[in-house]
Formats: sequence, structure tokens, C-alpha cells
Amino acid sequence: MLKSISTWFHNRPRVRLAALLVAPLFWLVVAYLGALASLLVTAFYTINTFTGNVIRTFNLGNFQELLTNPSYRNVVVRTLGIALSVTVICTLIALPMAFFMAKIAKPRTQKILVALVLTPLWASYLVKIYAWRTMLEPNSGVIDWLLGPIGIHSPGFGFAGIIIGLSYLWLPYMILPIYAGFERLPNSLLDASGDLGAKNLYTLRRVVLPILFPSIVAGSMFTFSLSLGDYITATIIGGKLQMLGNVVYQNYSLNLPFAATMSMVPIAIMGIYLWAVRRTGALTSL
Amino acid sequence: MEVQMRNKRLFQAISVASAAALVLSGCGSSDSTSDSGLPKVEMMKELGAGEGQVNVVAWAGYVENGSTDPKVDWVTGFEKETGCKVNVKVGASSDDMVALMKTGEYDVVSASGDASLRLIYGGDVAPVNTDLVPNYADIFDNLKMQPWNSVDGVAYGIPHGRGANLLAYRTDIVKPAPTSWGSVFDANSPYAGKITAYDSPIYIADAALYLMKTKPELGITYPYALDQTQFDAAMELLKQQKPLISEYWGDYLKHVAGLKAGTTVLGTTWQVNINLAKGEGTKVEGIKPVEGSTGWSDTWMISSQAKNPNCAYLWMNHIASPEANAGVAEWFGEAPSNAKSCELTADKNHCATFHASDDAYWTDVYYWNTATEKCLDGRTDVKCVPYSEWATAWSSLRNS
Repeated sequence: MLKSISTWFHNRPRVRLAALLVAPLFWLVVAYLGALASLLVTAFYTINTFTGNVIRTFNLGNFQELLTNPSYRNVVVRTLGIALSVTVICTLIALPMAFFMAKIAKPRTQKILVALVLTPLWASYLVKIYAWRTMLEPNSGVIDWLLGPIGIHSPGFGFAGIIIGLSYLWLPYMILPIYAGFERLPNSLLDASGDLGAKNLYTLRRVVLPILFPSIVAGSMFTFSLSLGDYITATIIGGKLQMLGNVVYQNYSLNLPFAATMSMVPIAIMGIYLWAVRRTGALTSL
Repeated sequence: MEVQMRNKRLFQAISVASAAALVLSGCGSSDSTSDSGLPKVEMMKELGAGEGQVNVVAWAGYVENGSTDPKVDWVTGFEKETGCKVNVKVGASSDDMVALMKTGEYDVVSASGDASLRLIYGGDVAPVNTDLVPNYADIFDNLKMQPWNSVDGVAYGIPHGRGANLLAYRTDIVKPAPTSWGSVFDANSPYAGKITAYDSPIYIADAALYLMKTKPELGITYPYALDQTQFDAAMELLKQQKPLISEYWGDYLKHVAGLKAGTTVLGTTWQVNINLAKGEGTKVEGIKPVEGSTGWSDTWMISSQAKNPNCAYLWMNHIASPEANAGVAEWFGEAPSNAKSCELTADKNHCATFHASDDAYWTDVYYWNTATEKCLDGRTDVKCVPYSEWATAWSSLRNS
């Protein structure tokens, strides 16, 4: 019986392929894309102002509110600024670290360093952010206690606090792709560049970075998109600052249509970002 | 050619998914509320046999079954006596509770005043037949038939307890001790950057209360009935306050931690926060300022779609009983609603600390209520700003 089933499939390669793909495609189209689509369709609905029930008639009121209300524009700009800063900071820290790990460290040290970079990912997100809360606490936090005597004070909760917290959280996601990129970089290229008379910075700018560009883009996709949607960090170490995610969180239970509208913004931003990145060709050589 | 085929397939897949989603959402439950007027919901006429379980939405600390602290338990006894197993879902905020009740999955909710009217007008709760709740007779009279738990003389719930929002201050940092809400709105405050406020649209009422007492020319008589001019004045005050704020608190534990660390030294609080902070050694006090205060009195309400209405009524009667009411009032840190509870609290001073039977204390406490377009103070010549606009204005303030 099994033999006849297997023969039947063997004779129809297309059916074989379809059978293999049904489960993942179902997950992708119905569970993932379908759920996303139904949420986004809600963006075009409104709610009854007093009872809070959703009114299912197509209208663009939410988008109007989003575009005309200056505080929502501020939130989007602020969140973009945070995401960009976090990406830049993570890149700046990750480059020397990955270079050391890939090119200079001995094989045994390399393995230990990779393990150390991955270890924070095992700790819960909330634990890490609460740890940063105790570090950043003004006057009584760890940073003030440690560095206060030499005159450096904690930036406190707020813009700086959020950027520090998020950079810390996403750093492993930036280090690992760049490390992988450096491993693929032949040492002979660096030697050749030196032999031809290039100083270190020149080599970095003209040889290393162009080859590493796809890895940096890969890392930046994590740091950028994760920062765009984040709201827990802002609640815990953001002081009174709010990010885009906070607006969605505050609205989702009682004004779901507006929350859906707000969540289209990071989707649109990431879409534009990915399109721009694709144009540079970075995605083809990942 | 292959890329074009792939793109075409992808496009088809997405359009199929979107079409499916649109159809599905269209097939959802129809919206049957009218824009104005009270939905007609039946009140239960008599109590039947228990259904075996009851699904409760409550604030943290209201429904304790010994799992938090073995000595804190007013649920197990109820379950044994009535055979109704209590399944509790903790609501994080009033907004959260309204959303949960809309699903129709729960039988009873402990709604604060900023949620109760929304639930009533949304048709999510039913009027309560107080004849079926014997312990209702012992509840303090000034909690019954209030604007937030009754409409047109019909009771919609059983009062749970009450508390005032106090002004907390660090006694070792804020000198001299504050006496007025003006200290959190003062642009020249020496504590600028260390002041806190409650992170909810209902805090607009606190600003309105301050204006009610300090700017009588605005004509505010009830902080939850604000016409557009009065509302704008309150929002303006809050905008001026924003630079003074270190953090807006929604989670009371975060607030206690902030008081202890000194990141906030002054601001609105609950008595339970003061008690917790003092318990950790913080030098803090809470006072009711001269202008009076906003406050809250929660109401146990029954869902219009309750699947276990008999157990729901049994629960409401139980939580309003002297013993259970005393237990929860002491654990949570509020004044009980049942007059007989005061003799049953473990701490004999509990009722005195929380002013449970001190009627004079509550005369200038303005309990949380839900602002409606129809002015709650009786004015018919103007339209008042409804709660949904309080929420959008608050969101704008927090995000600017």
C-alpha cells in the first residue's frame, strides 16, 4: 500500500512539491500574512466614541489623525531617530569587536568570545532592561555610584537611556553577521592593500567596508526593525518619553483601528528601507 | 522570466490572503449599538442553582485565594460553600477591563468609575437586582446609587470599596510639607524633574479639580463634566506640568520603587503605595490637599452575556460580605464598603486610617467617573467632552 502511494507521488513531481509546501505555505499565507492583512484592514475602520465598539465602515479618519496631529509626527520622528542612533552605535561597537574576534584572536579565544557575545541572549529581555534601570537610576544607580567620584553622571531615564538600553540589547545581533563577514574576508586582501601603500584608515574605508557592507546591512535590519517596534524599554527606562510602540500598546485594547494605523508606519518604513537596501545590491551577496 | 513568475505568484498569494481577510472581517459580529441611549439589558429576576464556576475580571489583589500569601484567602471558603469555582483574570487597567468584558467571556468585573459607564452604555453589563444580594443592605449609603454605578435610578453594580488619590511626598526631601496640589503644577517648583503623575486619561480630572478650586471663573463644578473651554484649560495646565515630570506611573510598584530611589519625590499616589514604601523604610507621607482630591470606588458588575449568572450573583454577595470585604480592604489598602467590616479588620485602626466611616472626609473626594457628551453636572446648554476625547488628548500629551 505504501509502495503504491510512493509510486503515485514519484510519478507526479509537482504534486510531491505541493504536498511538501502545503504546511509551510498555510502557515505563511493564512496564519502570518492573513492575520497581518486582517489587522491592517482594521486600520480603515473607526470606533464609536463612547462605547468603544468598532464600526466597520471604510474611512480614512485614522490616517488623517496620524498625519495632522503633530504629536504623532513627533513620535514617529523620535522613534526613527532612536532606531538610527541605535544602528549606528551598534555598528561602531561591533566593527572593532568583530575584527578582533575574526582576525586577531587565537582560535581558542575566538570560540570563547563568540560564546560570551551570545550569552546575554539567554537572559530574559525584562531582566536585562530592569538591570539597566538600576544602572541608570539618577543619583542612586550603579553608574552614579561607580563613576560619580570622577564626575560622570548617569544620563537618567529618557532619550539617552533608551538608546543605551536598546544598543545593549541588539549588539549581539550586529556583532554576529559582521563577524561572519570578517571571516569571509581574505587576509591576503589586507596584506595586499598594505603592500600597495594604503594606511589603515584607507584600507578600512576602501577595502574592508565595501566587502562588509552586506553583513552590516544584515545586522542593521535587526537593530533597526527591532528598535522601531520596541515599547517595553521606553516604559521602563524611558522616563516620560514614548515611542511608536507605546502608542500602539495604549490604543490596541480600546481603539484597535488606530493602533492598526499606527502599526502600518513601521511596516512602511521597513518596506522603504528594504527597497533602498535592495537597490544597493547588498541583499544579493548575503 | 523566472523572477517575473515568482513576483506574480507572490502577488496572487497576497491578494488572496487579503481578500480572505476582508471577507472574514466582514463576516464578524455586526455592530448593534446605537450612538446614544441606554441599551436595553435584562435584569435577573431570581437566583437559580450555581453553575459550578464563575469567570472574574478584577484588579490585582481583589480576588485572593491563598496563592499569593496563604493567610490571604477569601476565595477557597466561597468555592467550598457554593460550589462555584472562581477563575480570575487580572486586569492591568480600566481600558484593559473594558476590552476584556467586550469579549463576553467573563461573568463579573470589578470596574472603576472610569470604566463603569462605558460598560453600561456599551451594553456590556446588566443592571443588578440588589434584592438578590443580601449584603447590599450593609453597604455605606453614600456609595449606593452614585453617578458611576447607577443610571436613572437603576443600580448597575455592588460597591466594592473606596480610596482617595493622595499627594505623596518624601518627608526628608520636600520641605516644608506640601498642602496643595499647586506644588505639582508649580512651574517654579524646586522639585522640577522629580514630580510624578498618574499615567491615565483620568488624570485630566485632577487638573480640572485644581482649576475648579483655583480658577472659579472657568465655572467647573464637577471635574468629570468639562465643556471644550474647561477641557482645553485643563490640558493646558497638564502641558505646563509635563517638563516637571520625571515619570508618569501606571504600575504602582514602579511608583513605590521611584519614591524609594528618590527619582520622584512628589506626586499623586494611592494609600497602598504609601504603606508599601513605608514598609521598605522610605520616609514618605500621603496627604489629601486642601483642594480635595479625585478618588475611586470600584463596582462589581455582571456581564450582559454572563454564562454563569447565578454564581456571579453569589460571588458579588460574598465579596460584599463583612468578612471578605474586610479582608480585601486590608490587603489592597482601601476603605471597605460594608459598614460591618470595620470590626473585622486585623488592624483595628484600618478603618480610621482609610476614613471608612468618616463621611466628612469624602465630601471633597471626587470619585472617578466616565465623562460623557451629556454633561454629568446637569448642564444642558453645552456639550461636554466625552471620555474617548480625553483618551486622545492624553495620548497627544504623552507623545508630544
